[in-house]
Amino acid sequence: MTRQSDARSSGRALPVTIRNIVKLYGPVRALDDVSLSVTEGEFVTLLGPSGSGKTTLLMTIAGFARPSGGSIAIGETEVVRLPPHKRDIGMVFQNYALFPHMSVAENIGYPLRLRKMPKAEIAGRAEHALELVQLQGYGERRVDQLSGGQRQRIALARAIVFEPRILLMDEPLSALDKQLRERMQIEIRRLHDRLGMTTIAVTHDQREALTMSDRVAVLHRGRLVQFDEPRQLYERPVNRFVADFIGESSFIPVTVDRGVVRYGEMMVNLAGPAPLASVAQLLMRPEKLIISGRPLEGNINRFDGMVQDAMFQGESVLLTVVLTGGHEVHARIPNRQLDCRFLPSVGSAIQLGLSAEDTLLVPEDAA
Amino acid sequence: MTAANIWAKDVALLNGAELDRDQRREGRQLFMLCSPGILLAFFLLCLPIGWLFWFSFVDANGSPTLEHYSRIWNEGAYVQIFLVTFETSLLVTAICILLGYPLAYCLSQMSQKWSGIVMLGVLVPFWTSLLVRTYAWLVLLQRKGVVNNLLVDSGLINQPLPLVNNLTGTIIGMVHIMIPFLVLPLYASMKSIDGTYLRAAANLGASPTRAFWQVYLPLSLPGLVAGTVLTFILCLGFYITPAVLGGGRVQFIAQRIQTSVSLYPTWGPASALGVVLLVLTLAILLVSQLALNRWRRRLG
Repeated sequence: MTRQSDARSSGRALPVTIRNIVKLYGPVRALDDVSLSVTEGEFVTLLGPSGSGKTTLLMTIAGFARPSGGSIAIGETEVVRLPPHKRDIGMVFQNYALFPHMSVAENIGYPLRLRKMPKAEIAGRAEHALELVQLQGYGERRVDQLSGGQRQRIALARAIVFEPRILLMDEPLSALDKQLRERMQIEIRRLHDRLGMTTIAVTHDQREALTMSDRVAVLHRGRLVQFDEPRQLYERPVNRFVADFIGESSFIPVTVDRGVVRYGEMMVNLAGPAPLASVAQLLMRPEKLIISGRPLEGNINRFDGMVQDAMFQGESVLLTVVLTGGHEVHARIPNRQLDCRFLPSVGSAIQLGLSAEDTLLVPEDAA
Repeated sequence: MTAANIWAKDVALLNGAELDRDQRREGRQLFMLCSPGILLAFFLLCLPIGWLFWFSFVDANGSPTLEHYSRIWNEGAYVQIFLVTFETSLLVTAICILLGYPLAYCLSQMSQKWSGIVMLGVLVPFWTSLLVRTYAWLVLLQRKGVVNNLLVDSGLINQPLPLVNNLTGTIIGMVHIMIPFLVLPLYASMKSIDGTYLRAAANLGASPTRAFWQVYLPLSLPGLVAGTVLTFILCLGFYITPAVLGGGRVQFIAQRIQTSVSLYPTWGPASALGVVLLVLTLAILLVSQLALNRWRRRLG
């Protein structure tokens, strides 16, 4: 996925190199030897459940948390020991942190005022930043007169108006309702493409991460588990945690013996070589399963089961299927196929098909 | 229109009237609940003040007069007392802010455990009788008192300082008594300031000093204003502390009112002093409120 932008070609965007960051809270390793290289102009999202260390890592980059060890470089500059106000990093806070005693224009102009810019220039740049977030003419408003979405945009405008070296976002959309959140994801992505600023965001929402990012870094218990493009992350998760956290997934246990993979007695065909481990989990994405009332033909893996539940969810019907091995998996029938395709009823026997290319084994997570 | 529809419409109207009545009854009940408070305020606050007001405008025979007010205006001593009262109160309030603001700030930044301990240091004197604390200061500050002895023994000064029976003693005592009134509202308002604002300021490039002046101070202002107004107004009414620690050299308006009560046959002169104090206080409050509003508007 390559997106070219003016800023990147003009060399304003800077890479961020995070090496071996460790953060200890007493005996707890909040960050456990995390290394991450963000290239110039890239949009990277730190994704993980609460307590995974994603926010701690962002705060470490911003300078609000002092790591116990490691290095953070922005471009060629080592920043790990710089106080936050000398790092020149733009940041959108989770609750936006717009100053309630300042107007919108004063909020946006504040970083410029701190940089001793002449008043006329501050006003010009603030207005330009407002245009970027499509809120021109809102300068005189008070912060408490703005809606959630508007505050979010103002926070974004304030974070980029002083042309910081990089941009950080801490759960930037978590306070917005679903509709607005989805619109803002696209808008933030567009703005990023226009400015080309190296951006690191934090979210617990995997969909948001996939939508906005060039690459996603998945963190779990203070460790970096996988750092990849969204497509790779979804199609080739490195372990069960990533597969489970990103997208919908069901797992069934399989055994591996001398390159032969079996679910119970049934042999499972893979597109690639089988893993070396003796046990693994077979990942089933609900939308990748083929659903049929008759035995399926062709070179695919077939699983027999019984429909336990069928839920209409608008864009699709979600089936809960109990396989003959007793494992419960989910399968989706897209709305488009509801009329013309076979629609299983609860309690009926069914066969699920999964092509060898879509059959993916992930290692069991270390406890 | 079918019969069923007509019936439904009638029911709706009927319920409408019932609901209206319920609402009115609820309003009455709420008013009844408030009425003890209203009565209390009327009998304990409005009535006495009205009475005071009335007394200040009549002479010994009960006929209307302005003599009590003209006396205050014409005798320089009264004006002088008012000036002393307001100047001293202003000074005490200013010192309270200088001492109380850092104290409240520290309290708001401390861990729960430590702020509890330090808060006790603020509250215990607050709970102690004003009279006890005033006399305690008299003991501490006198010529051969603990403070002077310590200073002389340590060689810092040769002669004991005149710390009491003057304005200095009065101010020390009043500041000590008034500090909790400033610190408590200020602490509450500082506690409610979200730390993210300071992080945001730092992130945007503000040094800690600038972040304090440009973000923290404005955000703590509501608490500071509340504490300042409370402190200043309570200072104006001080009686015992200036009387004991001032040694007769510092006369507050409350002392003068007491003197007037015992000196004149009627309540008139004392009432007039009270009314003038009340009016002046309200005027100062009004002006400061207007100034603050204008300043807030300028801030946006």
